[in-house]
Amino acid sequence: MAIVDVKTEITGNVWKILCKVGDEVSEDDPIMILESMKMEIPVVAVENGVLREILVKEEDTVTEGSVVARIEA
Amino acid sequence: MLKKVLIANRGEIACRVIRACRKLGIASVAVYSDADASAPHVRQADESVHIGPSRSAQSYLDTEKILAAARATGADAVHPGYGFLSENAAFAAAVAGAGLTWVGPAPESIRDMGDKQNARELAIRAGVPVVPGSPRLSADDAQAWQAEAERIGFPLLVKAAAGGGGIGMRQVFESGQLAAAVQGTQSQAKSAFGCGDVFLEKFIPKARHVEVQVFGFGGRAVHVYERDCSLQRRFQKVIEEAPAPGIAPQTRQAMQRAATALAESVGYRGAGTVEFILDVASGDFYFLEMNTRIQVEHPVTEMITGLDLVAMQLQYAAGELHGMEQADISSHGHAIECRLYAENPEKLFMPSPGVLSRFDFSALDEGEARVETGYEQGGEITPFYDPMIAKVIVHGKDRSDAVARMLGALRKIRVEGPRTNLHFLEACLEHPGFAAQDVSTGFIAEHGAALLEATKRAAQAAA
Repeated sequence: MAIVDVKTEITGNVWKILCKVGDEVSEDDPIMILESMKMEIPVVAVENGVLREILVKEEDTVTEGSVVARIEA
Repeated sequence: MLKKVLIANRGEIACRVIRACRKLGIASVAVYSDADASAPHVRQADESVHIGPSRSAQSYLDTEKILAAARATGADAVHPGYGFLSENAAFAAAVAGAGLTWVGPAPESIRDMGDKQNARELAIRAGVPVVPGSPRLSADDAQAWQAEAERIGFPLLVKAAAGGGGIGMRQVFESGQLAAAVQGTQSQAKSAFGCGDVFLEKFIPKARHVEVQVFGFGGRAVHVYERDCSLQRRFQKVIEEAPAPGIAPQTRQAMQRAATALAESVGYRGAGTVEFILDVASGDFYFLEMNTRIQVEHPVTEMITGLDLVAMQLQYAAGELHGMEQADISSHGHAIECRLYAENPEKLFMPSPGVLSRFDFSALDEGEARVETGYEQGGEITPFYDPMIAKVIVHGKDRSDAVARMLGALRKIRVEGPRTNLHFLEACLEHPGFAAQDVSTGFIAEHGAALLEATKRAAQAAA
């Protein structure tokens, strides 16, 4: 069991969180949608596993490269 | 005479309108959100009013807050810029209803052109060509869609009548593929929208985006020449030029006539743009839509004609400009505009907000390029708004001169902090296809790999 960080590739605002802690996720499933400069950009699961932590809430600003969630793979 | 204009916008266009106000001796009022508290447009205006949080919905899109700001400052007119509320008919009506002058066309014109189907019908009525297409068809009525397909010709697109986007859309290149495509679109449309109706539309494999600037005076309208805006990524324009290169004189004139005919047929008032899609193979052009506002790319038109379109908007709204003769408008040389975006060309043009640790145009010589921006060094580009951070515009004696001037100007610009498309712009201008006037809306996608390689080379050369 490894804990894997989910990082955002862009700077933006958290628009919608689509999953909750404890959800099973598959690789490439969207966990949340960010909004940046009039674009909506999903943050996706990097591996199959269980979502253990969500480190942001809706309307938060996140910066490129920051960890927004953790998956137990 | 207008005394004080409130600009319901931000960024470069707010700065542009403030400049036009100053030139005409009109006072200006800026509005700003939390994110823009220290933005240049706030300082440049004579007065400014804070209108709310950073999110546009609670600030720049909030009609009540903007009208309250106008009342509080005693403004007698509102200029909407582009984007935000500029093509919102209800806002235009609310401005007029509050006893203020609306710097834009009548709310009815905004509404008529905002509805795509209605705009298409107005174009047909004005004798303006539209993309050949069928009415809504039942997928079960094979006789009807076969007859329509023959009338329209191949290649064509089968589209779902419900929905607005490309869901279920299929390309058909010859009649043998038609039945399967109609059935495919029908079943997809049925599951997505609950309605399986389809329509057919002519497919234009290689198209250019050419638009005509118009200025309407009620029953009469003039054209202010055309612009080519074919270079786009994600349906957003990147490089625009005027005049549109490599178009037969009779096609150019027909487009200009079509644009003024449409504007006149609806009694259009003020600055507007009639957009066309130009079929590169046949040279035929078709109406796309009419934008009832000033456009981002208006400066290229100003550079070739010497007109100040924003000042004209203000003077017309004030009742000081009564008409213009077509013969008094002439075009000289060639102008190009490059849009500088805070985005990463290597990552599918993903947005790249951040602090502008360097934003330096100081190496440009006097008159070398016109730079329109709403940002400054040290300022922050936030995720809340559009990624465009500057427009660079040059004028040359002909197209190749303008390209050379633009490349010279771009190479003197230094931006650090966010990633930008600066070197990607150089790559586009240096591409042999651009020099050969072989532009189309597919240009960036088609030459993607080569453009990215050239972007890296340009970045290395600048380092």
